[in-house]
Amino acid sequence: MSAASPTVSPASARIARFVIYGLLILLAIVYLLPFFVMLITSLKPLAEIRSGNMLALPQNPSLDAWGKAWGSACIGVTCAGIKGYFWNSIQLVVPAVTISTILGALNGYVLTKWRFPGHKLVFGLMLFACFIPFQAVLIPMARVLGMLGLSNSTAGLVLVHVVYGLGFTTLFFRNYYEAFPDELIRAAQMDGAGFFQIFWRILLPSSGPIIVVTVIYQFTNIWNDFLFGVSFASGERAPMTVALNNLVSSSTGVKEYNVDMAAAVYAALPTLFVYVVAGRYFVRGLMAGAVKG
Amino acid sequence: MAFLELRDLHKSIGGLDILKGIDITLEKGGFLVLVGPSGCGKSTLLNTVAGLTPVTSGEIVIDGEIVNDLHPSKRDIAMVFQSYALYPNMTVEGNIAFALEMRGVPRPEREAAVAKAARTLQIEHLLKRRPSQLSGGQRQRVAMGRALVRDPLVFLFDEPLSNLDAKLRVEMRAEIKRLHRDTGATIVYVTHDQIEAMTMATKIAVLKDGVLQQVGTPDEIYRVPANLFVADFMGSPAMNLLRGTVSADRSAIELDGSEPVRLALPPTVSREKLAGGQNVILGIRPEAITDESLRDPAAGVVTTLELPVDLVEPTGSDTYVVAPLAGTEITARMRAQSGVAPGRSFGFVFNLDKAVVFEPETTQRID
Repeated sequence: MSAASPTVSPASARIARFVIYGLLILLAIVYLLPFFVMLITSLKPLAEIRSGNMLALPQNPSLDAWGKAWGSACIGVTCAGIKGYFWNSIQLVVPAVTISTILGALNGYVLTKWRFPGHKLVFGLMLFACFIPFQAVLIPMARVLGMLGLSNSTAGLVLVHVVYGLGFTTLFFRNYYEAFPDELIRAAQMDGAGFFQIFWRILLPSSGPIIVVTVIYQFTNIWNDFLFGVSFASGERAPMTVALNNLVSSSTGVKEYNVDMAAAVYAALPTLFVYVVAGRYFVRGLMAGAVKG
Repeated sequence: MAFLELRDLHKSIGGLDILKGIDITLEKGGFLVLVGPSGCGKSTLLNTVAGLTPVTSGEIVIDGEIVNDLHPSKRDIAMVFQSYALYPNMTVEGNIAFALEMRGVPRPEREAAVAKAARTLQIEHLLKRRPSQLSGGQRQRVAMGRALVRDPLVFLFDEPLSNLDAKLRVEMRAEIKRLHRDTGATIVYVTHDQIEAMTMATKIAVLKDGVLQQVGTPDEIYRVPANLFVADFMGSPAMNLLRGTVSADRSAIELDGSEPVRLALPPTVSREKLAGGQNVILGIRPEAITDESLRDPAAGVVTTLELPVDLVEPTGSDTYVVAPLAGTEITARMRAQSGVAPGRSFGFVFNLDKAVVFEPETTQRID
């Protein structure tokens, strides 16, 4: 394109492109470097880590650290690895993401297609929920969980994340459904479809991109959450992030960097997986919501 | 007995009156076209009949039953929307069958009904496709199929042709008219296009600012418009409207302007209702002003005027000739080969049998 423009000579266009790509590659390396160090460190034996260069490739790569991190590393007083906590996080993240996404979709549906007096105020309040800092709700939330009998349980943590995520999921779906033609809803009404039939049969099947956006956003946030996890679920019920912290801080005597790194990669894998699988829909969906909303 | 009856319908939204007392009746099998400029309330009126918009006051009666408080799906009506409103996630077949499915019609019956509707509209080959894979005309047919399959009491069309190109619009217009003839369906159709209204309707209702201007057959609306608005809105090119005064003996109208011009009093107006010297507006359609050769032999009251030709607009089939008269311009319809040229004087034959007279203050027609 720049070559076709009369004000830019082919030579300077090539230089510009060189600079742009050079910068992009450099930044990509900067971003990937920590992950690279984590990966190679996790594959090295302890001796090699202590003596060698941080960036050097492992001379005798082994998966021992990975096995230990998963099954036998000591976290606090129990030495059963992180697998139990990984499972805790899965048990937490799946229902929390599912429930908050479905509720967000329902909220968006009602706020755009079944408007009631004061719908703007309700939406405004939900939007406001997005800006409440985590720290501000910790103590009230702890009280509420205590009263509900959900303290230190996965169910309690699911509730916390659903409530906190609802503002965001509602925002996503409302903006998406705002652009959804009202005539379709009217047509379905005349065809005899009820409130939920319209939702399940007409609206949800057309919501693919925004569902992907919401799921990725919620999944990443909930999986990576540390503060709520450490506040409301400790010990055996702790999620992955909290366990990782405990693992790193409770090493006995020798600091096992390779085990720490392997555990950290385990902790990062699910979000990485979700991004790789659904990342392109994420960008597309975010754009669709942004432009039309 | 009227099949669809609207009794004194009022609708206000936020203190603004959208509909101001609409009374219309439609017999079974009738084709009612609601026409008017944008913002006149015609789509709102349709939505109230559909039940998508509640009325402020008044009654909607379908087949002897007051349906005001019935949910849209319980009124036994089907609607074709301007944007077609096809469900994007379903196939054509799914779209057409959806209403039946919602009503719990068993699958074999549903399939038979879909096949029948598809055959009527010649979209059998499209049944497995999705709306995004269809052209505008095909989507239009599917939207009609979705209405047709339900066999409702009343069909509602909300400007269904406005998203099509000119050629397709003419085709679909004929198609809808044929459909009406073959099925005997009762139809209410909204459009802002007066040609659509004229060609399809058995009854036209002209609206302006939420007030019904006139209800009548296309012929009545065209020939004897109730007021200046209807006269001006219906017909293209528009009716010529000339200001003048009634002569002292009430036998002619003297047109305003620098030169005295007299046109004989049209027979559509009774002399008793006029006073000498009264201001009036004379309305005459372009096709009632011709050259000598096109003069209607049956015409009773005729005036010929020599006027300088200002502009000639050939359309192929006809030639429209524009000439100055009475401080304004008139448009006359001539044969394509009439030999009229701009700048020359020419004999315009006014067939006043077809002219109408309006009262300038009230804008109502005087009969």
